[in-house]
Amino acid sequence: MTLIDINMKKSILIVIVCGFLTVAYGQVEKGNVLIKNGTVLTITKGNLENTDVLIKEGKITQIAKGIAALAGIKVIDATGLYVMPGIIDAHSHIGLDAINEGTNAITPEVWTGDAINPFQMSIYRALAGGCTVSHALHGSANAIGGQSQTIKHRYGMFDPDAMKMEGAPRTIKFALGENPTNGGRSDDLQPQSRMGVEFVIRQAFSEAKQYMERWDVYNKNKSVKGFRGAPPAYSLRYETLADLLRGKIILHCHSYRADEINMVLKVCKDFGIKRLVFQHANEAFKVAPELAAAGASASVFSDWWQYKLEVYYSTAYNAAILVRNGVVTSINSDSPDLIRHLYHEAGKTQKYGGLSDDEALSLITINPAKQLGIENRVGSLEIGKDGDVAIFKNHPLSIYGVPQYSIVDGIVRFDREKDPGDMRLMPDPKETIDVTFYETGHNHENCMQGVEQLFGVNHNENKN
Amino acid sequence: MRKIQSIYGIVIAVICFIVIHVEAQSPKGKYGTFALTNATIETITQGTIANGTVIISNGKITAVGANVQVPSGAEVINCSGLKIYPGMIDGGTRIGLLEIGQIPQASDTREKGDIIPQMKALTAVNPNATAIPITRISGVTTVITAPTGGLMPGTAALINLHGYTPDQMYAGFQGVVVNFPSTGRRGFFDRRTDEDIKKASEKALKQLNDVWDKAMQYHKLDSATKGKGVTYYPEMQTMVPVVRGEVPLMIEVNAQKDIQAALKWVKEKKVKKVIFTGVSEGWREAGNIAKANIPVVTGPVIAIPNREYDRYDAIYANAGMMKKAGVKVAIRSEEDGNGNYRNLPYHAGFAVAYGMNKEDALKAVTITPAEIFNVSDKLGSIEVGKDATLFVCDGDIFETKTQVRHVFISGWMMPMQSRQTLLYDEFLKREPGLNKN
Repeated sequence: MTLIDINMKKSILIVIVCGFLTVAYGQVEKGNVLIKNGTVLTITKGNLENTDVLIKEGKITQIAKGIAALAGIKVIDATGLYVMPGIIDAHSHIGLDAINEGTNAITPEVWTGDAINPFQMSIYRALAGGCTVSHALHGSANAIGGQSQTIKHRYGMFDPDAMKMEGAPRTIKFALGENPTNGGRSDDLQPQSRMGVEFVIRQAFSEAKQYMERWDVYNKNKSVKGFRGAPPAYSLRYETLADLLRGKIILHCHSYRADEINMVLKVCKDFGIKRLVFQHANEAFKVAPELAAAGASASVFSDWWQYKLEVYYSTAYNAAILVRNGVVTSINSDSPDLIRHLYHEAGKTQKYGGLSDDEALSLITINPAKQLGIENRVGSLEIGKDGDVAIFKNHPLSIYGVPQYSIVDGIVRFDREKDPGDMRLMPDPKETIDVTFYETGHNHENCMQGVEQLFGVNHNENKN
Repeated sequence: MRKIQSIYGIVIAVICFIVIHVEAQSPKGKYGTFALTNATIETITQGTIANGTVIISNGKITAVGANVQVPSGAEVINCSGLKIYPGMIDGGTRIGLLEIGQIPQASDTREKGDIIPQMKALTAVNPNATAIPITRISGVTTVITAPTGGLMPGTAALINLHGYTPDQMYAGFQGVVVNFPSTGRRGFFDRRTDEDIKKASEKALKQLNDVWDKAMQYHKLDSATKGKGVTYYPEMQTMVPVVRGEVPLMIEVNAQKDIQAALKWVKEKKVKKVIFTGVSEGWREAGNIAKANIPVVTGPVIAIPNREYDRYDAIYANAGMMKKAGVKVAIRSEEDGNGNYRNLPYHAGFAVAYGMNKEDALKAVTITPAEIFNVSDKLGSIEVGKDATLFVCDGDIFETKTQVRHVFISGWMMPMQSRQTLLYDEFLKREPGLNKN
C-alpha cells in the first residue's frame, strides 16, 4: 500500500466521520408534529375528547379540535388512542456508565452528567414504555453521593450532552440507612449506623457553611482597596455543598425508614435547605404529616418490599397515604424494567388506595416534574410546554394499555409499528457469548451498581 | 373450699376470655357452608356463567350454576356485580422460604451443595411468612415454592397459602429442580471470560449426566433387589421416582442455546416427566418445545429482553408466541426479590396486552398450572367436586385497579388482611398527626 493510498483512505474516512458527526451531534433536534383526534389527558386541565395537539419547533403550540395540518408536517392519527404527556421517572440510572463513586462518605464533587452513555438500549426501551424524561441519579453507596443529571430520552443522538435536559436544575443524591452504613462497615469508617449518617451529613454541612462564609468574606473584601488577603482554598466538594445550602441544588435523598426521613427533615431545617425529595421512602407514609408540613416530597416504588430489612415494613398503600396527606408524590422505577411500565406502576395506586385517574397519572408526570424542578417545561399537556408526548392504545392505567408512540421535543423517537426489533445504535461485532440477563429488574434496588468490588457485594448472592 | 375454687376458675376463665378477645388482632379463617350468589362465574373450563351461584361446603365446591338451591344454614354472600375466579396458581416463588432479602438468617432458599435434590422446600416453609397473606388477598392462592442455588438445589413443593403447618398447606405436588447449565453470560455483573463460561457450562453438563447415569444405576439396583440391596444414598433415593417418571424434573432454562441443549438432554436421557421453567427465550424454540411435548412455566412476563438486539417487547410477547406454537404454557411471576407474587395477574395481563389470547392467559394462571402440577382434579377451575379455592373480585382480575373482595382456600374464608393493609389502616390518618398534644 502506498502512502498516497493511505492518505486517500484517511481523507475519505475523515469526510465520512465528519458527515456522520454533523448528523449525529450538533444541537438538540426539535420537530413538528400534529397529533389528530385523540383523547387528550392533559393531567392539569382535564381530559379532552377528539382533540388535536400541535407541536412546532419542539413546543406545544396548540391544543384544540380540528387543527389544520400545515403542509409537510408529520401527522399522527390518534383516533381511539390516548394522548398523555411523556412519562417522567424521578429515579433512574439508565443511560449511565457509572453511578457510584463511593470512595468516600461524601463525594458531592462527582456528577453523573460525566458518565452519560447515549447508546444504552435501556434509553430506547424506556421510550417504548412512554417514558421521555428520567433523572439519572448517582447511586446510594455513600451518605452524600454525587450530583445527578435530568436527561431526555433523545435516543438516536450520539452526543452524551444531547441527552441532558437543557436548563434542568442541578440535583444531588444523598443516601441513608443500610447502603451507606454497609459501606462504612466494609471500609471501617463512619457511618456504620444511622447515628453516623446524621453526623456525617451535619459535619459536611457545617464545614460547607464555613467554606461558604470564608468565600463570602473574601468576595466581599477582595474589591476593597488595600485588601491583601489570599483567596480561600478552592474545593469542588464544598463548593457543591455550598450551592446546596444556597438553594441552588435540589436534594434527592435515598431513604427507607421513617426515622431517617425525619432526621433529614430536621437537618435540612437547621441548614435552611428547602428543596428536598425523598427517594424510595418506603416508610414515608409513617411520617406523611411531617413531610407535608415541611413541604418535602416523596418519590416511591409502587409495591416493592422484602428485598432487605429496611423495606420489610413497607406497604403498597404508601403512595396513596402520602397523596391523601398532601405530600407531592411520584412513582419511580430505579430499574431498567420498571421504567418501561411506570403507567402500570402508577395504576397500582388505584388498587392500593383508590386514587383517581388524574391523581394516579400525576404520579408519573407533573409530580416528578415538580420534584426535578422542570414542571414549567414538562409533565402536562399545556401550550408552551415541551413537545414530549406518549400515545397509548387503551387507557395508560389499564393493564391493556400499550404505548404506540413516544415523542420528545416534537420528534417521534418510538413508533411501535415501525420498530424493527434490533434498535442498537452500536452493535458489538465481537460479541460471541450470548448475554442473557437473568436480572429481571425485579430483584432489588439498582442503586448499588458498580460497588461490587468496593464493598464485596455479590449480585448472585443478593439474588435470593 | 370447692365453691371458692370454682368461682376462681370462672373469674380466670372470664379474664382469659376478655384477654383473648382483646388480643385477637389477627382474624382467623372461617370454615363452613357458603353460598356466593348472583355472580359472574369464570369457571375457566366450562365458560362464563352469568348471575350464577357457587356453593362451598366441607371445603369443596358442591354446586355451580345459574339455578342452584342455597342450602339452609349457608352463609350467603351476595356477589351481584362481582366475579368469581378459581384461585390463581403461581408456578415459581420462594414463599415461606424467604422472609427478608440480603439477610442470610431470614432466608432458607439455598442449601450448601451442587447436587442436593433431597433438600425439601416443603420442610422449610414458614406458614406465618409475611408474604402469605399479602399474596393470597390478591387472589393468588396456590404457589410453587422452590429452592435456589446450584445445579440441583432441591425439591420444590406446591402449597396453598393457608394453613398452620407445611402439611396443612401442601397441595399435592413436588418436583426436583434442575438449573440447566447455562452457556451464556448472566448479565453485566458476570465478568467471567468466554472460556471460563464455556468450561463451567461443560463441567455442569457432565455433572448432570453423571447424576442421571448414577440415578439409572441406582434405580436398576433398587428394582432388582426390591429396595433391599441399596445403601443409604439420599440424592439417589430422591432421584429414583424421577427416573421412574413419578416425580417430574423442573428444569429452569432460559437462553435459546440452553433450551436446545435441554431438549436434547431430555430426549437422550429419556426423562419421563419434565417441566421447563423460565424459558424466557421460548419464542425462539417454540416449535421444538411443542414437538417435545414439554409443558412450560414461563415468567416473569414483565421483564427486560435477554439480549440487547431483541425487540423491546420480546418477553412480554413470549408466552403468547409459545402458546401459538402449541406449547402448553403456564405463567409465573417470579418477582422473587420483591416478594410481589401478588402481581401474577399483571404478568398474565401483559401477555394479553402483547398478543396472547385472554382466555389462554387466564388458563395460564389457573387450570394449566393445575394440569402441569397434576392437581387439576382439585384446583384450577370452578367445578363441582373441586377444592373450594377461589376468589371474588369486582372486575377483570388482570386489570390493575380490580379489587379482590373474598378469598377461599380449601373452603376456608380468608381474612382480607395483611401487614400492608394494616399499615394502611393505621397510617392513612395517623393519630396523633403532626401534633401529639
